[in-house]
Amino acid sequence: MVRFILRRLLQVIPVFIGTTLLVYYMVFALPGDPIAALFGDRQPPQAVIDTLRSQYHLDEPFWVQYGLFLQNLFTSNLGNDFTGQPISASLARVFPVTAMLAIEALAIQAIFGVAFGVFAGLRRGGWFDSTVLVASLVVIAVPTFVLGFVFQLVFGVQLGWAKPTVGANADWGSLLLPAVVLGLVSFAYVLRLTRASVSENMNADYVRTATAKGLSRPRVVLAHILRNSLIPVVTYLGANLGGLMGGAIVTEGIFNVPGVGNKLYQAVLRSEGPTIVSIVSVLVLVFVVANLLVDLLYAWLDPRIRYDQ
Amino acid sequence: MRFTRTSKALGIVAIAALALTGCGAGGGTTEGGGDTAGDPNKVITAYSNEPQNPLLPAATNEVYGGRVVELLFEGLRTYDASGKPVEALAESIESADAQNWTIKVKQGQKFTNGEEITAKTFVDSWNFAANSKNLQINSFFFESIAGYEEVSAVTEETSADGKKTTTPAPTAETMSGLVATDDSTITVKLAQPEADWSLRLGYSAFFPLPSAALADPKAFGENPVGNGPYKMEKEGAWVHDQSISLVKNPDYTGPREAKNGGVNFKFYTDPGPAYTDLQSDNLDVTDVLPSNALKTYTTDFPDRNATKATATNSTLNIPGYNPNFQGEAGKLRRQALSYAINREEICKVIFNGTRTPAKAFVPPVIEGFEEGIKGSEVLTFDAAKAKDLWEQAEKIQPYDDSKPLQIASNTDGGNKEWIDAVANGFKNNLGIEAEIQPFAKFAEVLNLRKSQELPGLTRAGWQGDYPSLYNFLGPIWATNASSNYEKYTNPEFDKLLQEGLAAKSTDEANAKFNQAQEILFEDLPGLPLWDQARAIVWSNNVVKAETGWNGGIRYFDITAK
Repeated sequence: MVRFILRRLLQVIPVFIGTTLLVYYMVFALPGDPIAALFGDRQPPQAVIDTLRSQYHLDEPFWVQYGLFLQNLFTSNLGNDFTGQPISASLARVFPVTAMLAIEALAIQAIFGVAFGVFAGLRRGGWFDSTVLVASLVVIAVPTFVLGFVFQLVFGVQLGWAKPTVGANADWGSLLLPAVVLGLVSFAYVLRLTRASVSENMNADYVRTATAKGLSRPRVVLAHILRNSLIPVVTYLGANLGGLMGGAIVTEGIFNVPGVGNKLYQAVLRSEGPTIVSIVSVLVLVFVVANLLVDLLYAWLDPRIRYDQ
Repeated sequence: MRFTRTSKALGIVAIAALALTGCGAGGGTTEGGGDTAGDPNKVITAYSNEPQNPLLPAATNEVYGGRVVELLFEGLRTYDASGKPVEALAESIESADAQNWTIKVKQGQKFTNGEEITAKTFVDSWNFAANSKNLQINSFFFESIAGYEEVSAVTEETSADGKKTTTPAPTAETMSGLVATDDSTITVKLAQPEADWSLRLGYSAFFPLPSAALADPKAFGENPVGNGPYKMEKEGAWVHDQSISLVKNPDYTGPREAKNGGVNFKFYTDPGPAYTDLQSDNLDVTDVLPSNALKTYTTDFPDRNATKATATNSTLNIPGYNPNFQGEAGKLRRQALSYAINREEICKVIFNGTRTPAKAFVPPVIEGFEEGIKGSEVLTFDAAKAKDLWEQAEKIQPYDDSKPLQIASNTDGGNKEWIDAVANGFKNNLGIEAEIQPFAKFAEVLNLRKSQELPGLTRAGWQGDYPSLYNFLGPIWATNASSNYEKYTNPEFDKLLQEGLAAKSTDEANAKFNQAQEILFEDLPGLPLWDQARAIVWSNNVVKAETGWNGGIRYFDITAK
């Protein structure tokens, strides 16, 4: 077990170097001078531009820039972004906000997705099953930004149940509306996965055995059917967490959430290599850790799975 | 001042809306008697975005930092809503020859940390801002003062691979022309006479700084201490990427007294959510509208919107290095291009009446603007004339049509639509191939402009720094000027600008500047396209909002209900 975890953590190193190198190179290859672009039509004295450029090492070749970035990373000083703010401080500001948003969205899709999926799977072909299937198809078909704008308009502006945007001082309450929008699409997938898995396992031998032993219906459903049905769902949720952390650009934009997606979008607009790669690095870690947790959960869900040979 | 790409594209709406008095028939709003009593202590919220620079007046030249700096500091002068300069900290600003200026500073004025503001404060602040070592991006605002060259000196090194690097190397710490003769008097000697020099003293680069700012500009820029109508709410009132909160400065006695308890700037990375917040009264005022709201803001906010002309214009520049546009034939072709643009129709159809066709190289809101300058008839659409001029040029030198005529622009922010329309005008009226040369980002175009590598025309825009004709001519079209990327040069034009600057009176100066525009109309290094206006909307929580000459909201004038 320990060896398994260690091996998985060691895998982080090549993944990390590969992604950061790739992303850094893509930013480096972007045309245009990012420093000059900071100032628009009215350019400052050339000395200001040149000093800034050398301050951010933009006058160095690619390998030197990337090497300096790695060096900064290991001395845990990420340097400054183009507005002169320390990157580590801005990461510390945006990641908690997006983590809250992602956890809220993940909770919504896990709880509601699994519950609805179990009900639908147990009574396959029933009215609940059919309704939920059609509804989830609609949710999957509608793009996130449409859902976002509709929810914002209906619940934020017309009904006034929630503030239409998040802005400063984000908390669980103000993030609920964007979390629902963010979680909705994956909710539909979780529901369908659970439904399929549950209805398949209902006919399994161990379920018949459990029922024959005289176990209560809830116990059969929760301990035998559900537990065995969760493996694909957990795999999906784990992979989704990373996506929720990094892929909320649209939702964060619509609801003005000061999180990772917004920061990343701004940094890309300004070709801010160090900021982009720093964010990506953290996201890589999130992905790796989430997937590791998923793998560890497998053994708990299905004791037949062993990690060490 | 630069305007950001989004605001340029999204926020600016035209004067055509002069017609749109509040005719929105009875919305369901419940405001009562209207403009009378407001709550002077209530804090209003306003649209903004993360400032890109420390909040130091001479280090800020973009709109979102600029609006905060303008509320935190007060200079010698300020501008009223129409752009007329009003004395603030100055008692008087006088000069007999437009070269030697005597400024009397009001006594007893203080920064909010208690530090006294004297003539020396201004001298120190200006020397700091002009010094190349301090890397202040607005340093060139001091270029007229004698001794600026020494303070702003740089050395240029060329490395082995031909790359040039400029490093600051001031040879003096103070400008020789700038002296505080006593606590209340500043004498300024300019390198040469400049009649409109005092006009720019209301610009933020000229604001005074407390000594703490000069000692540690970086820390000061995070928590600035000023002398303006507002002060930072507390240490750390600037929450990065989220908001800046300002509160009323109770000791302020100048012409811009705050009529509300404070301004909380909320940051939005996109104007869409801000518009939604305004519709639900979660935000009080915005000056940037999403492009899809340009058609609806007057009905979405009946009686709660305003549209006013601003000192911002757009041109289509024609680089002189393009062989098709050189010599006598090139001159005729430039005129033909100008005649082939239907400005009136593009303003109406594409900008939905949110811009007005240009009448000169300077927008009409600037004092001294003159309509009907000799040569300005090229700004009217005339297909027959365009064709005729083009054919005349063909006779002198045939047009090289191996490549289509390209118009370079970043395509974000709604630029593509109007460029397509202009290109179609060239195609239909001149019979040449024309198309947009698209770029994903503004930075790419700018780079190619600077290195003179754009094959065709390029889009350019200018927002006035201070209300003066010269500001729309000198920095863009004078030989070697800071924003003259296409390297236009005409000694006659330069001479007229110099004469204008040296004139004894503003009227005389403006006459020279308008005469200089005749040369621009003759040469047409760029084709004036249109002037922009600014549309703002406000919530049910405030009585009314207004913009100033440059399109900035006058936040201090807003009263909460």
